Amino acid sequence: MNNDLLFDFNVDKAAKTVFITREFNAGQSLVWEAFTKPELLDQWGAPAPMRAKTKHMDFKVGGRRFYAMVSPDGKELWSLQRYTSITPKTNFKLYNSFADKDENPDLPGSEWDYTFSEQNGKTKVSITIFNESLERMEKLADGAVKGLAVMFNNLDEILPALSQKL
Amino acid sequence: MKQDIFQAIADPTRRAILTLIAIQALTPNVMAEKFDMSRQAVSKHIKVLQECELIRPQQSGREIYYHFNAKKMQEFDHWIAQFRQNWETQFNQLDELLLNIKEQKK
Repeated sequence: MNNDLLFDFNVDKAAKTVFITREFNAGQSLVWEAFTKPELLDQWGAPAPMRAKTKHMDFKVGGRRFYAMVSPDGKELWSLQRYTSITPKTNFKLYNSFADKDENPDLPGSEWDYTFSEQNGKTKVSITIFNESLERMEKLADGAVKGLAVMFNNLDEILPALSQKL
Repeated sequence: MKQDIFQAIADPTRRAILTLIAIQALTPNVMAEKFDMSRQAVSKHIKVLQECELIRPQQSGREIYYHFNAKKMQEFDHWIAQFRQNWETQFNQLDELLLNIKEQKK
């Protein structure tokens, strides 16, 4: 689907930064809304079968969004985002951290930067995510990745024992 | 504490050590020589790399050779691929949403 739309995904491991660029077949105002309005964000902001659920959102500098990714079995993975900079329709930055259900952030988090630009009726969105650690990045994704992260941790525990035997 | 792969490879010396070891297993003495570092400094880097499983020690006679653990790097890449897949899924969902909104507006 939509194979004609640009999609770039790069991870600079050394710089601890993820670069994501995607084109959308819509004007900049609409795409901006889809990224900044809770009722729209909740319709696409988690990869199916997960879904996004925004508890509250105040899109202004210093404002916050508190939301969860909800798995099919009802598990909620909460995040707290604080908007640090907003240039309407062009750019916004936020600081994302995982949180418990009572909005207590699990610091340190990650820095997100979204840039929007339109050309020929298509809107390009560039996202950079800077993380202090891989552990945060593992958490960043969602249930599917969480499962993988658990596998990873399990492997971390098993591998030393295995390599001692070899 | 468990070491973090990102922290491990954020250091330029450790990246250089990995690059060398990927070509050929090395002893700490040889590493110290190649990088003009003290044995102590080399030991610290080895400890970090070994704790996140990027290198594996292998005893050979009286010497310990460190090997590159390509499998760990692959697991890491696999995880990144999964992360990418999630974004792709979300963006496809957004494509549909944008299409719906545009049609409603017509």
